[in-house]
Amino acid sequence: MNLINWFKFASPQSFYPLAGKMIPWFWALATVFGAAGLWLSFFVAPTDAQQGEGYRIIFVHVPASWLSMFIYLIMAAWAGLGLALNTRLSGMMAQSLAPTGALMALLSLWTGALWGKPMWGTWWVWDARLTSELILFFLYIGFIALQAAIDDPRRADKAGAILALVGVVNIPIIYFSVKWWNTLHQGSSVSLTKSPSMAQTMLWGMLLMALCFWMYSIAVALTRARAIILERERHTEWVKHAVE
Amino acid sequence: MNPLFATVRRDLLLALRRKSEVLTAVFFFIIVVSLFPLGIGPEPALLKKIAPGVLWVAALLATLLGLPRMFAADHADGTLEQMALSPSPFGLLVAGKILAHWLVCGLPLVLLAPVLGVQFDLDGEALGVLTFALLLGTPLLSLIGAIGAALTLGVRGGGVLLALLVLPLYVPALIFGAGAVEAHIAGLGAGGHLSLLAAQLALAIFFAPWATTAALRIALE
Amino acid sequence: MQWNSIGEFFAMGGYAFYVWGSFGACLLLMVAEPILARRRLNEVRAGIARALLADSLADELDNGSQ
Repeated sequence: MNLINWFKFASPQSFYPLAGKMIPWFWALATVFGAAGLWLSFFVAPTDAQQGEGYRIIFVHVPASWLSMFIYLIMAAWAGLGLALNTRLSGMMAQSLAPTGALMALLSLWTGALWGKPMWGTWWVWDARLTSELILFFLYIGFIALQAAIDDPRRADKAGAILALVGVVNIPIIYFSVKWWNTLHQGSSVSLTKSPSMAQTMLWGMLLMALCFWMYSIAVALTRARAIILERERHTEWVKHAVE
Repeated sequence: MNPLFATVRRDLLLALRRKSEVLTAVFFFIIVVSLFPLGIGPEPALLKKIAPGVLWVAALLATLLGLPRMFAADHADGTLEQMALSPSPFGLLVAGKILAHWLVCGLPLVLLAPVLGVQFDLDGEALGVLTFALLLGTPLLSLIGAIGAALTLGVRGGGVLLALLVLPLYVPALIFGAGAVEAHIAGLGAGGHLSLLAAQLALAIFFAPWATTAALRIALE
Repeated sequence: MQWNSIGEFFAMGGYAFYVWGSFGACLLLMVAEPILARRRLNEVRAGIARALLADSLADELDNGSQ
Protein backbone atom coordinates (compact mmCIF):
# COMPACT_ATOMS: atom_id res chain seq x y z
CA MET A 1 0.00 0.00 0.00
CA ASN A 2 1.95 2.99 -1.19
CA LEU A 3 1.33 6.69 -0.88
CA ILE A 4 0.37 7.15 -4.52
CA ASN A 5 -2.60 4.86 -4.12
CA TRP A 6 -3.98 6.98 -1.33
CA PHE A 7 -3.67 10.11 -3.40
CA LYS A 8 -5.49 8.38 -6.19
CA PHE A 9 -8.51 7.79 -3.96
CA ALA A 10 -8.23 11.30 -2.62
CA SER A 11 -9.35 12.66 -5.98
CA PRO A 12 -13.10 13.27 -6.13
CA GLN A 13 -13.21 11.46 -9.45
CA SER A 14 -12.18 8.09 -8.03
CA PHE A 15 -13.76 8.67 -4.64
CA TYR A 16 -17.24 9.19 -6.09
CA PRO A 17 -17.72 5.60 -7.39
CA LEU A 18 -15.83 4.15 -4.42
CA ALA A 19 -18.20 5.88 -1.97
CA GLY A 20 -21.14 4.61 -4.01
CA LYS A 21 -19.91 1.06 -3.54
CA MET A 22 -19.22 1.50 0.17
CA ILE A 23 -22.51 3.11 1.21
CA PRO A 24 -24.69 -0.07 1.07
CA TRP A 25 -22.15 -1.91 3.23
CA PHE A 26 -22.25 0.75 5.90
CA TRP A 27 -26.04 0.67 5.82
CA ALA A 28 -25.93 -3.09 6.28
CA LEU A 29 -23.54 -2.78 9.22
CA ALA A 30 -25.66 -0.04 10.79
CA THR A 31 -28.77 -2.23 10.50
CA VAL A 32 -27.08 -5.28 12.02
CA PHE A 33 -25.54 -3.34 14.91
CA GLY A 34 -28.78 -1.43 15.41
CA ALA A 35 -30.91 -4.58 15.56
CA ALA A 36 -28.54 -6.27 17.99
CA GLY A 37 -28.22 -3.11 20.07
CA LEU A 38 -31.97 -2.55 20.29
CA TRP A 39 -32.56 -6.17 21.20
CA LEU A 40 -29.99 -5.94 24.00
CA SER A 41 -31.28 -2.58 25.22
CA PHE A 42 -34.95 -3.58 25.38
CA PHE A 43 -35.00 -7.32 25.99
CA VAL A 44 -31.75 -8.35 27.64
CA ALA A 45 -30.62 -5.41 29.75
CA PRO A 46 -32.31 -5.67 33.17
CA THR A 47 -34.44 -2.97 34.78
CA ASP A 48 -32.34 -0.47 36.68
CA ALA A 49 -32.79 -0.58 40.43
CA GLN A 50 -33.00 3.19 40.86
CA GLN A 51 -34.24 4.55 37.56
CA GLY A 52 -36.62 1.77 36.52
CA GLU A 53 -37.18 1.53 32.78
CA GLY A 54 -36.42 5.22 32.31
CA TYR A 55 -32.70 4.59 32.15
CA ARG A 56 -33.11 2.88 28.75
CA ILE A 57 -32.70 6.34 27.22
CA ILE A 58 -28.98 5.81 27.87
CA PHE A 59 -28.86 3.51 24.83
CA VAL A 60 -29.45 6.42 22.46
CA HIS A 61 -28.24 9.32 24.58
CA VAL A 62 -24.67 8.15 25.11
CA PRO A 63 -24.05 7.03 21.49
CA ALA A 64 -25.39 10.37 20.21
CA SER A 65 -23.12 12.30 22.60
CA TRP A 66 -20.07 10.21 21.70
CA LEU A 67 -20.68 10.59 17.99
CA SER A 68 -21.28 14.34 18.24
CA MET A 69 -17.82 14.76 19.78
CA PHE A 70 -16.13 12.15 17.60
CA ILE A 71 -17.50 13.63 14.37
CA TYR A 72 -16.15 17.06 15.31
CA LEU A 73 -12.70 15.51 15.76
CA ILE A 74 -12.90 13.74 12.40
CA MET A 75 -14.14 16.94 10.79
CA ALA A 76 -11.20 18.86 12.22
CA ALA A 77 -8.81 16.11 11.08
CA TRP A 78 -10.12 16.37 7.51
CA ALA A 79 -9.86 20.15 7.79
CA GLY A 80 -6.25 19.97 8.92
CA LEU A 81 -5.44 17.53 6.14
CA GLY A 82 -7.06 19.85 3.63
CA LEU A 83 -5.01 22.83 4.80
CA ALA A 84 -1.76 20.85 4.92
CA LEU A 85 -2.00 18.89 1.66
CA ASN A 86 -4.44 21.12 -0.22
CA THR A 87 -6.58 18.17 -1.35
CA ARG A 88 -10.01 18.96 -2.73
CA LEU A 89 -11.70 15.97 -1.11
CA SER A 90 -10.86 16.98 2.48
CA GLY A 91 -13.02 20.08 2.45
CA MET A 92 -15.89 18.15 0.90
CA MET A 93 -15.66 15.50 3.62
CA ALA A 94 -15.60 18.11 6.39
CA GLN A 95 -18.61 19.81 4.85
CA SER A 96 -20.55 16.56 4.53
CA LEU A 97 -19.84 15.54 8.14
CA ALA A 98 -21.00 18.79 9.77
CA PRO A 99 -24.81 18.35 9.46
CA THR A 100 -24.60 14.79 10.82
CA GLY A 101 -22.52 16.02 13.74
CA ALA A 102 -25.03 18.78 14.45
CA LEU A 103 -27.84 16.21 14.30
CA MET A 104 -26.04 14.02 16.84
CA ALA A 105 -25.53 16.98 19.17
CA LEU A 106 -29.22 17.85 18.82
CA LEU A 107 -30.27 14.25 19.57
CA SER A 108 -27.97 14.20 22.57
CA LEU A 109 -29.59 17.38 23.92
CA TRP A 110 -33.11 16.15 23.19
CA THR A 111 -32.64 12.76 24.82
CA GLY A 112 -30.78 14.40 27.70
CA ALA A 113 -33.77 16.65 28.35
CA LEU A 114 -36.17 13.71 28.18
CA TRP A 115 -34.02 11.83 30.63
CA GLY A 116 -33.59 14.79 32.95
CA LYS A 117 -37.33 15.35 33.36
CA PRO A 118 -38.20 12.07 35.12
CA MET A 119 -34.84 11.73 36.92
CA TRP A 120 -34.16 15.29 38.09
CA GLY A 121 -37.67 16.68 37.74
CA THR A 122 -36.62 19.29 35.19
CA TRP A 123 -36.12 19.38 31.43
CA TRP A 124 -32.83 21.17 31.60
CA VAL A 125 -30.08 21.36 34.17
CA TRP A 126 -26.87 23.30 33.66
CA ASP A 127 -24.94 20.09 34.01
CA ALA A 128 -21.36 20.22 32.69
CA ARG A 129 -22.02 17.62 29.99
CA LEU A 130 -25.28 19.11 28.76
CA THR A 131 -23.81 22.61 28.71
CA SER A 132 -20.72 21.57 26.75
CA GLU A 133 -22.94 19.64 24.36
CA LEU A 134 -24.98 22.81 23.81
CA ILE A 135 -21.85 24.80 23.02
CA LEU A 136 -20.66 22.03 20.69
CA PHE A 137 -24.00 22.33 18.89
CA PHE A 138 -23.37 26.09 18.51
CA LEU A 139 -19.92 25.35 17.08
CA TYR A 140 -21.45 23.04 14.46
CA ILE A 141 -24.04 25.66 13.55
CA GLY A 142 -21.29 28.27 13.21
CA PHE A 143 -19.30 25.98 10.91
CA ILE A 144 -22.32 25.25 8.72
CA ALA A 145 -23.34 28.92 8.62
CA LEU A 146 -19.83 30.07 7.67
CA GLN A 147 -19.58 27.58 4.83
CA ALA A 148 -23.06 28.47 3.60
CA ALA A 149 -22.22 32.19 3.59
CA ILE A 150 -19.15 31.88 1.36
CA ASP A 151 -19.91 31.34 -2.32
CA ASP A 152 -16.49 30.27 -3.54
CA PRO A 153 -16.20 26.60 -2.47
CA ARG A 154 -12.41 26.68 -2.17
CA ARG A 155 -12.52 29.65 0.16
CA ALA A 156 -15.43 28.11 2.08
CA ASP A 157 -13.37 24.95 2.60
CA LYS A 158 -10.33 26.77 3.88
CA ALA A 159 -12.24 29.20 6.11
CA GLY A 160 -14.25 26.27 7.51
CA ALA A 161 -11.03 24.35 8.09
CA ILE A 162 -9.53 27.16 10.17
CA LEU A 163 -12.76 27.47 12.16
CA ALA A 164 -12.85 23.71 12.80
CA LEU A 165 -9.24 23.73 13.99
CA VAL A 166 -9.84 26.73 16.25
CA GLY A 167 -12.89 24.88 17.58
CA VAL A 168 -10.96 21.72 18.28
CA VAL A 169 -8.33 23.64 20.25
CA ASN A 170 -11.13 25.29 22.21
CA ILE A 171 -13.31 22.26 22.95
CA PRO A 172 -11.12 20.93 25.80
CA ILE A 173 -10.85 24.44 27.24
CA ILE A 174 -14.62 24.90 27.01
CA TYR A 175 -15.31 21.51 28.57
CA PHE A 176 -12.86 22.15 31.38
CA SER A 177 -14.19 25.64 32.05
CA VAL A 178 -17.81 24.45 32.10
CA LYS A 179 -16.87 21.65 34.49
CA TRP A 180 -15.05 24.09 36.76
CA TRP A 181 -18.01 26.46 36.65
CA ASN A 182 -20.39 23.62 37.44
CA THR A 183 -18.50 22.42 40.50
CA LEU A 184 -18.14 25.98 41.76
CA HIS A 185 -21.87 26.53 41.58
CA GLN A 186 -22.79 23.15 43.02
CA GLY A 187 -25.65 22.67 40.61
CA SER A 188 -26.73 19.14 39.95
CA SER A 189 -23.65 17.03 40.30
CA VAL A 190 -25.57 13.96 39.18
CA SER A 191 -23.78 12.53 36.21
CA LEU A 192 -25.94 11.14 33.45
CA THR A 193 -23.78 8.16 32.68
CA LYS A 194 -22.60 7.22 36.13
CA SER A 195 -24.83 4.39 37.17
CA PRO A 196 -23.73 2.74 40.41
CA SER A 197 -24.01 -0.75 39.02
CA MET A 198 -23.56 -0.66 35.31
CA ALA A 199 -24.43 -4.16 34.23
CA GLN A 200 -22.28 -5.80 31.62
CA THR A 201 -25.23 -6.15 29.24
CA MET A 202 -25.95 -2.41 29.50
CA LEU A 203 -22.41 -1.67 28.44
CA TRP A 204 -22.69 -4.02 25.49
CA GLY A 205 -25.99 -2.51 24.46
CA MET A 206 -24.47 0.95 24.58
CA LEU A 207 -21.44 -0.14 22.55
CA LEU A 208 -23.57 -1.82 19.87
CA MET A 209 -25.81 1.22 19.59
CA ALA A 210 -22.73 3.45 19.34
CA LEU A 211 -21.41 1.26 16.51
CA CYS A 212 -24.79 1.52 14.79
CA PHE A 213 -24.74 5.33 15.07
CA TRP A 214 -21.18 5.37 13.82
CA MET A 215 -21.90 3.29 10.72
CA TYR A 216 -25.03 5.37 10.10
CA SER A 217 -22.98 8.57 10.25
CA ILE A 218 -20.46 7.23 7.74
CA ALA A 219 -23.21 6.12 5.36
CA VAL A 220 -25.02 9.49 5.48
CA ALA A 221 -21.82 11.52 5.27
CA LEU A 222 -20.69 9.53 2.23
CA THR A 223 -24.05 10.08 0.52
CA ARG A 224 -23.78 13.79 1.19
CA ALA A 225 -20.16 13.81 0.04
CA ARG A 226 -21.22 12.29 -3.29
CA ALA A 227 -23.81 15.03 -3.75
CA ILE A 228 -21.25 17.72 -2.90
CA ILE A 229 -18.70 16.20 -5.31
CA LEU A 230 -21.21 16.29 -8.16
CA GLU A 231 -22.34 19.83 -7.28
CA ARG A 232 -18.82 21.16 -7.38
CA GLU A 233 -17.50 19.17 -10.33
CA ARG A 234 -20.60 19.27 -12.49
CA HIS A 235 -18.78 20.92 -15.39
CA THR A 236 -15.98 18.37 -15.63
CA GLU A 237 -15.80 15.61 -18.20
CA TRP A 238 -15.78 12.72 -15.72
CA VAL A 239 -19.03 13.81 -14.09
CA LYS A 240 -20.76 13.62 -17.47
CA HIS A 241 -19.66 10.02 -17.84
CA ALA A 242 -20.49 9.16 -14.23
CA VAL A 243 -24.06 10.40 -14.56
CA GLU A 244 -24.78 8.86 -17.95
CA MET B 1 10.13 52.06 13.41
CA ASN B 2 9.08 48.62 14.54
CA PRO B 3 6.29 47.46 12.16
CA LEU B 4 4.13 46.34 15.10
CA PHE B 5 4.08 49.77 16.72
CA ALA B 6 3.79 51.51 13.38
CA THR B 7 0.57 49.57 12.75
CA VAL B 8 -0.74 50.32 16.23
CA ARG B 9 0.02 54.03 15.81
CA ARG B 10 -1.65 54.15 12.41
CA ASP B 11 -4.80 52.38 13.63
CA LEU B 12 -5.03 54.58 16.70
CA LEU B 13 -4.75 57.71 14.55
CA LEU B 14 -7.49 56.37 12.29
CA ALA B 15 -9.66 55.61 15.33
CA LEU B 16 -9.16 59.15 16.62
CA ARG B 17 -10.53 60.50 13.35
CA ARG B 18 -13.65 58.38 13.73
CA LYS B 19 -14.35 59.02 17.38
CA SER B 20 -18.07 58.33 17.15
CA GLU B 21 -17.49 54.65 16.32
CA VAL B 22 -15.34 54.16 19.40
CA LEU B 23 -17.75 56.04 21.62
CA THR B 24 -20.70 54.01 20.31
CA ALA B 25 -19.23 50.78 21.71
CA VAL B 26 -18.41 52.42 25.03
CA PHE B 27 -21.89 53.86 25.44
CA PHE B 28 -23.39 50.55 24.38
CA PHE B 29 -21.50 48.95 27.27
CA ILE B 30 -22.73 51.58 29.74
CA ILE B 31 -26.35 51.39 28.57
CA VAL B 32 -26.55 47.58 28.55
CA VAL B 33 -25.11 47.41 32.07
CA SER B 34 -27.51 50.09 33.30
CA LEU B 35 -30.53 48.32 31.83
CA PHE B 36 -30.16 45.25 34.05
CA PRO B 37 -31.13 46.88 37.36
CA LEU B 38 -34.14 48.39 35.56
CA GLY B 39 -35.18 44.95 34.35
CA ILE B 40 -34.44 43.02 37.50
CA GLY B 41 -35.06 45.42 40.36
CA PRO B 42 -32.89 47.57 42.63
CA GLU B 43 -32.23 45.17 45.52
CA PRO B 44 -28.52 45.57 46.38
CA ALA B 45 -27.98 41.91 47.36
CA LEU B 46 -29.35 40.62 44.07
CA LEU B 47 -27.46 43.22 42.03
CA LYS B 48 -24.23 42.35 43.78
CA LYS B 49 -24.76 38.71 42.88
CA ILE B 50 -25.39 39.31 39.19
CA ALA B 51 -22.85 42.15 38.75
CA PRO B 52 -19.87 40.07 37.52
CA GLY B 53 -21.97 38.20 34.98
CA VAL B 54 -23.75 41.32 33.72
CA LEU B 55 -20.55 43.32 33.32
CA TRP B 56 -18.80 40.47 31.56
CA VAL B 57 -21.64 39.69 29.16
CA ALA B 58 -21.95 43.39 28.36
CA ALA B 59 -18.18 43.52 27.73
CA LEU B 60 -18.43 40.51 25.36
CA LEU B 61 -21.17 42.21 23.37
CA ALA B 62 -19.42 45.59 23.32
CA THR B 63 -16.19 44.04 21.96
CA LEU B 64 -18.26 42.24 19.37
CA LEU B 65 -19.54 45.58 18.05
CA GLY B 66 -16.07 46.73 17.02
CA LEU B 67 -14.92 43.45 15.48
CA PRO B 68 -16.42 43.74 11.97
CA ARG B 69 -14.51 47.02 11.53
CA MET B 70 -11.17 45.49 12.50
CA PHE B 71 -10.17 44.59 8.94
CA ALA B 72 -13.09 45.81 6.82
CA ALA B 73 -11.85 49.31 5.93
CA ASP B 74 -8.33 48.13 5.15
CA HIS B 75 -9.75 45.31 3.07
CA ALA B 76 -11.98 47.69 1.11
CA ASP B 77 -9.23 50.17 0.15
CA GLY B 78 -6.59 47.51 -0.55
CA THR B 79 -4.32 48.38 2.39
CA LEU B 80 -4.66 44.85 3.74
CA GLU B 81 -3.36 43.40 0.48
CA GLN B 82 -0.37 45.74 0.60
CA MET B 83 0.27 44.61 4.19
CA ALA B 84 0.19 40.96 3.14
CA LEU B 85 2.72 41.69 0.38
CA SER B 86 4.95 43.98 2.43
CA PRO B 87 8.44 42.83 3.49
CA SER B 88 7.61 42.99 7.21
CA PRO B 89 5.98 39.80 8.51
CA PHE B 90 2.22 39.89 7.98
CA GLY B 91 1.63 38.22 11.35
CA LEU B 92 3.31 41.10 13.13
CA LEU B 93 1.15 43.67 11.34
CA VAL B 94 -1.97 41.66 12.16
CA ALA B 95 -0.87 41.49 15.81
CA GLY B 96 -0.53 45.28 15.70
CA LYS B 97 -4.09 45.63 14.41
CA ILE B 98 -5.38 43.34 17.17
CA LEU B 99 -3.50 45.34 19.79
CA ALA B 100 -4.94 48.57 18.40
CA HIS B 101 -8.44 47.06 18.52
CA TRP B 102 -7.95 46.21 22.16
CA LEU B 103 -6.65 49.70 22.97
CA VAL B 104 -9.67 51.25 21.27
CA CYS B 105 -12.46 48.79 22.19
CA GLY B 106 -11.17 46.83 25.18
CA LEU B 107 -9.23 49.22 27.37
CA PRO B 108 -12.07 51.78 27.77
CA LEU B 109 -14.27 48.97 29.09
CA VAL B 110 -11.63 48.02 31.65
CA LEU B 111 -11.40 51.62 32.81
CA LEU B 112 -15.17 52.05 32.98
CA ALA B 113 -15.89 48.76 34.75
CA PRO B 114 -15.10 49.96 38.31
CA VAL B 115 -17.41 52.96 37.85
CA LEU B 116 -20.23 50.74 36.65
CA GLY B 117 -19.46 48.17 39.33
CA VAL B 118 -20.25 50.77 41.97
CA GLN B 119 -23.81 50.89 40.61
CA PHE B 120 -24.05 47.23 41.51
CA ASP B 121 -22.91 47.68 45.09
CA LEU B 122 -19.53 45.97 44.64
CA ASP B 123 -16.98 46.86 47.30
CA GLY B 124 -13.46 48.15 46.66
CA GLU B 125 -11.63 44.85 46.53
CA ALA B 126 -14.25 43.20 44.33
CA LEU B 127 -13.97 46.15 41.97
CA GLY B 128 -10.22 45.60 41.86
CA VAL B 129 -10.65 41.92 41.00
CA LEU B 130 -13.24 42.79 38.35
CA THR B 131 -10.96 45.34 36.73
CA PHE B 132 -7.96 43.02 36.78
CA ALA B 133 -10.01 40.15 35.34
CA LEU B 134 -11.21 42.41 32.54
CA LEU B 135 -7.65 43.59 31.97
CA LEU B 136 -6.64 39.98 31.36
CA GLY B 137 -9.86 39.03 29.59
CA THR B 138 -10.52 41.82 27.10
CA PRO B 139 -7.28 41.22 25.13
CA LEU B 140 -8.35 37.58 24.96
CA LEU B 141 -11.68 38.68 23.50
CA SER B 142 -9.90 40.83 20.90
CA LEU B 143 -7.56 37.96 19.96
CA ILE B 144 -10.32 35.35 19.55
CA GLY B 145 -12.57 37.90 17.89
CA ALA B 146 -9.87 38.72 15.33
CA ILE B 147 -10.03 35.14 14.01
CA GLY B 148 -13.78 35.47 13.52
CA ALA B 149 -13.41 38.91 11.93
CA ALA B 150 -10.84 37.56 9.48
CA LEU B 151 -12.96 34.52 8.61
CA THR B 152 -16.07 36.59 7.90
CA LEU B 153 -14.23 39.36 6.01
CA GLY B 154 -16.29 40.35 2.99
CA VAL B 155 -18.80 37.56 3.58
CA ARG B 156 -22.58 37.93 3.21
CA GLY B 157 -24.28 38.75 6.54
CA GLY B 158 -20.84 39.04 8.14
CA GLY B 159 -21.90 40.80 11.34
CA VAL B 160 -24.43 38.26 12.60
CA LEU B 161 -22.30 35.37 11.41
CA LEU B 162 -19.35 36.80 13.32
CA ALA B 163 -21.40 36.77 16.54
CA LEU B 164 -22.42 33.17 15.87
CA LEU B 165 -18.81 32.07 15.36
CA VAL B 166 -17.18 34.03 18.14
CA LEU B 167 -19.61 33.94 21.06
CA PRO B 168 -19.33 30.18 21.75
CA LEU B 169 -15.55 30.57 21.82
CA TYR B 170 -15.92 33.36 24.40
CA VAL B 171 -17.47 30.95 26.93
CA PRO B 172 -14.26 30.07 28.84
CA ALA B 173 -13.28 33.75 29.13
CA LEU B 174 -16.74 34.56 30.47
CA ILE B 175 -16.69 31.69 32.97
CA PHE B 176 -13.27 32.45 34.42
CA GLY B 177 -13.63 36.22 34.23
CA ALA B 178 -16.99 36.45 35.95
CA GLY B 179 -16.06 33.50 38.16
CA ALA B 180 -13.04 35.36 39.52
CA VAL B 181 -15.22 38.12 40.95
CA GLU B 182 -17.83 35.68 42.24
CA ALA B 183 -15.18 33.56 43.92
CA HIS B 184 -13.73 36.66 45.52
CA ILE B 185 -17.13 37.77 46.83
CA ALA B 186 -17.76 34.25 48.15
CA GLY B 187 -14.43 34.44 49.98
CA LEU B 188 -12.77 31.67 47.98
CA GLY B 189 -10.03 33.82 46.47
CA ALA B 190 -9.79 34.75 42.81
CA GLY B 191 -6.25 33.47 42.21
CA GLY B 192 -7.18 30.22 40.45
CA HIS B 193 -9.60 31.88 38.07
CA LEU B 194 -7.22 34.69 37.26
CA SER B 195 -4.29 32.39 36.54
CA LEU B 196 -6.45 30.25 34.24
CA LEU B 197 -7.56 33.41 32.47
CA ALA B 198 -3.92 34.43 32.09
CA ALA B 199 -3.06 30.96 30.76
CA GLN B 200 -5.75 31.31 28.12
CA LEU B 201 -4.44 34.73 27.22
CA ALA B 202 -0.94 33.32 26.77
CA LEU B 203 -2.29 30.54 24.57
CA ALA B 204 -4.31 33.01 22.52
CA ILE B 205 -1.36 35.40 22.07
CA PHE B 206 0.54 32.47 20.64
CA PHE B 207 -2.15 30.99 18.36
CA ALA B 208 -4.68 33.69 17.48
CA PRO B 209 -2.46 36.00 15.34
CA TRP B 210 -1.31 32.93 13.41
CA ALA B 211 -4.87 31.72 12.78
CA THR B 212 -6.00 35.27 11.93
CA THR B 213 -3.17 35.66 9.42
CA ALA B 214 -4.08 32.34 7.77
CA ALA B 215 -7.74 33.37 7.59
CA LEU B 216 -6.84 36.78 6.12
CA ARG B 217 -4.67 35.19 3.44
CA ILE B 218 -7.63 33.01 2.45
CA ALA B 219 -9.89 36.06 2.27
CA LEU B 220 -7.33 37.91 0.12
CA GLU B 221 -6.83 35.09 -2.38
CA MET C 1 -37.06 -11.23 29.51
CA GLN C 2 -38.74 -8.81 31.84
CA TRP C 3 -41.89 -8.03 29.84
CA ASN C 4 -45.03 -10.04 30.51
CA SER C 5 -47.15 -8.43 27.82
CA ILE C 6 -46.91 -6.09 24.86
CA GLY C 7 -48.77 -3.44 26.86
CA GLU C 8 -46.20 -3.60 29.61
CA PHE C 9 -43.43 -3.20 27.04
CA PHE C 10 -44.99 -0.05 25.61
CA ALA C 11 -45.73 1.35 29.06
CA MET C 12 -41.99 1.17 29.94
CA GLY C 13 -42.75 1.09 33.63
CA GLY C 14 -44.44 4.49 33.47
CA TYR C 15 -41.62 6.14 31.53
CA ALA C 16 -43.24 5.55 28.14
CA PHE C 17 -43.29 9.23 27.14
CA TYR C 18 -39.62 9.79 27.91
CA VAL C 19 -38.25 6.50 26.54
CA TRP C 20 -40.34 6.48 23.37
CA GLY C 21 -39.86 10.23 22.98
CA SER C 22 -36.10 9.68 22.91
CA PHE C 23 -36.05 6.62 20.67
CA GLY C 24 -38.77 8.08 18.47
CA ALA C 25 -36.88 11.34 17.91
CA CYS C 26 -33.74 9.39 17.02
CA LEU C 27 -35.65 7.18 14.61
CA LEU C 28 -37.44 10.12 13.00
CA LEU C 29 -34.33 12.24 12.45
CA MET C 30 -32.17 9.28 11.45
CA VAL C 31 -34.72 8.33 8.79
CA ALA C 32 -35.23 11.91 7.61
CA GLU C 33 -31.55 12.81 7.26
CA PRO C 34 -30.58 10.00 4.83
CA ILE C 35 -33.71 10.70 2.75
CA LEU C 36 -32.75 14.38 2.49
CA ALA C 37 -29.13 13.52 1.63
CA ARG C 38 -30.28 11.01 -0.97
CA ARG C 39 -32.71 13.53 -2.46
CA ARG C 40 -29.94 16.09 -2.72
CA LEU C 41 -27.79 13.58 -4.61
CA ASN C 42 -30.64 12.65 -6.95
CA GLU C 43 -31.41 16.29 -7.64
CA VAL C 44 -27.83 17.07 -8.60
CA ARG C 45 -27.75 13.99 -10.80
CA ALA C 46 -31.02 14.92 -12.49
CA GLY C 47 -29.79 18.49 -13.03
CA ILE C 48 -26.59 17.28 -14.69
CA ALA C 49 -28.50 14.77 -16.82
CA ARG C 50 -30.88 17.52 -17.95
CA ALA C 51 -27.97 19.77 -18.90
CA LEU C 52 -26.38 16.92 -20.88
CA LEU C 53 -29.64 16.19 -22.67
CA ALA C 54 -30.05 19.87 -23.53
CA ASP C 55 -26.51 19.93 -24.90
CA SER C 56 -27.00 16.86 -27.05
CA LEU C 57 -30.33 18.17 -28.36
CA ALA C 58 -28.70 21.49 -29.22
CA ASP C 59 -25.96 19.61 -31.05
CA GLU C 60 -28.51 17.62 -33.03
CA LEU C 61 -30.39 20.77 -34.00
CA ASP C 62 -27.15 22.37 -35.13
CA ASN C 63 -26.28 19.33 -37.21
CA GLY C 64 -29.80 19.17 -38.70
CA SER C 65 -29.77 22.78 -39.86
CA GLN C 66 -26.49 22.42 -41.67
